[in-house]
Parts: sequence; structure tokens; C-alpha cells
Amino acid sequence: MLTCREISKWVSESLDRKLPLHLRVEVRLHLMMCRMCRRYRRQTVALRTILRVQDPSMAPTAFSDIHLSKGASERIKKALTTANE
Amino acid sequence: MSTSQQLSSPEQWVDEHGDALYRFALSRLQNPSAAEDVVQETFLAALKARKQFSGRSPERTWLIGILKHKIVDLVRKESRERPAEEIDDLPSDADLLFDPAGRWRTGPLEWQVHPEKILERKEFRAVLQRCLSNLPKRLRDAFFLREMEDQSSEEICKVLAITPTNLWVVLYRARTRLQNCLNKNWFSDPDRRGE
Ligand SMILES: [Zn+2]
Repeated sequence: MLTCREISKWVSESLDRKLPLHLRVEVRLHLMMCRMCRRYRRQTVALRTILRVQDPSMAPTAFSDIHLSKGASERIKKALTTANE
Repeated sequence: MSTSQQLSSPEQWVDEHGDALYRFALSRLQNPSAAEDVVQETFLAALKARKQFSGRSPERTWLIGILKHKIVDLVRKESRERPAEEIDDLPSDADLLFDPAGRWRTGPLEWQVHPEKILERKEFRAVLQRCLSNLPKRLRDAFFLREMEDQSSEEICKVLAITPTNLWVVLYRARTRLQNCLNKNWFSDPDRRGE
């Protein structure tokens, strides 16, 4: 029997590769019986979805409050002007 | 200007796309000065390549495409300069979450949230950003390539110069740590768990 700690590792890994058959079976059986590991799995999937949501600017929505500073913006414009000459 | 009817002037680029590019870069790099540098490099590369801009895709899409390459190049370069043994020293939250027998101590909290809805909340976005920026760099690099860019394990291993087995450990630690951080700093308030 695998512990919850081991199962959580396999649950995470199952999002990145196809697990060998015996592990898939073992994980599935464990999840049927274990509420906490089911939650862990749901959180892992939710986190992925949250991070992939993009705002119309194509940046992750999670970062929509961030702005390029005035100083940096001036610096970049200057570099562009110089390079454009 | 005659060569680039479809493109706005370089100074206008910064006003129109600077914030979006910077957000994108910061979400991946978490380091403001590195993010500013890579945005500048992107605009400079775009300036050089503006004759190749086909106008088929929007200007923003074209710029983000260049930016993505610059970010991966930077991460690749940094990974080459850092020895891979460090992976074993990377922090793991597992000892906090599991007892010595491998059972959950308190267990994850239930998140009954709709991803798009929860992202409308400014306070949640701030907590998420903080949790992401607290990830050790190596965990973050792997995590963004996998979860935000949806790259395959093989591609990520090449960029980070690590083995697949190491990558899966790194991703596991990153996820567990982030979830633990969000559980503690957001979902521990029962009012925030559902909608
Ligand atoms: Zn379990």
C-alpha cells in the first residue's frame, strides 16, 4: 500500500506524463478511498487552470495589476530611439 | 516608416505594449530588473526584425512571441550556469504536510472556486503573485514552462538541463508549495473557499 505522501507525488506526476499501468491502478484505487488525496488532485488541476487564464493582453490574469515603471519605460524608449538611428 | 505600414513607431510600442510585455515577463521571471531587461531586448529585436513582420497576426502577438523566446533563452543560460545537484537541496513542504507515516497532517482545504471568477479578485491576484514569487527560482522556472507554457517534459528538461526524474520532483515540490501557500494565505478564510 502506498502512503498519501507517495500518492500525492504520483498524482502530480500524472499531470506531466503517463504513469505505468500498475501505478495508475494504484492511484485510482487510493483516490476512491481517500478524500484528502482527491482534494490534492483537484487543487493541482485548479492551479493549472488558474495560471493558464489569460487576460486580453495575453499576460496571465494573475498579473494584471502590474505596470512597467515610468523610469523603465523611458529607458527602453531611449534605447529604441538610439538603435533606430 | 515606409517599411512598416502596419506597425506603430517604436516609442508607441512601449506605450501600447510595454505593460503587457512586462507583466508577461515578470510572471515568468519574478525579478523586476530581469523582466525590464528582457522587455527592452524584445523591443530591440523587434526593431531589427520589423521588416519580417507579416501583419498576419496582431502586433502584440508578434511581440509576445519574441519575448517568449528571449525568456526561454535566459532561463536556459541560467540553468547551464547552475549545477544540477542543487535540486536535492531545494525546499520541500512535504515534511510539513505529512506525518512520518506518510499520512496527511491536516490535509488540503477544499477550493470551491471558479478560476476565472477568483481571478477577478484583486486580493487573490496579490496573494497568488506573492506565493509564486516565493518559489525558489529553479522550482519557478520548471513550473512556468510546464503550467503556463504547456511545454512537454522533454523540452523543459533540455532547457533546464535536468533529467525527467528530477523535473517531476521539482514540479511536485513547486505545486505542493504553491498549494500550501494558497491554503495558508487565502483559503484558510472559510468565506473565500466557495463562491
Ligand atoms: Zn490519500
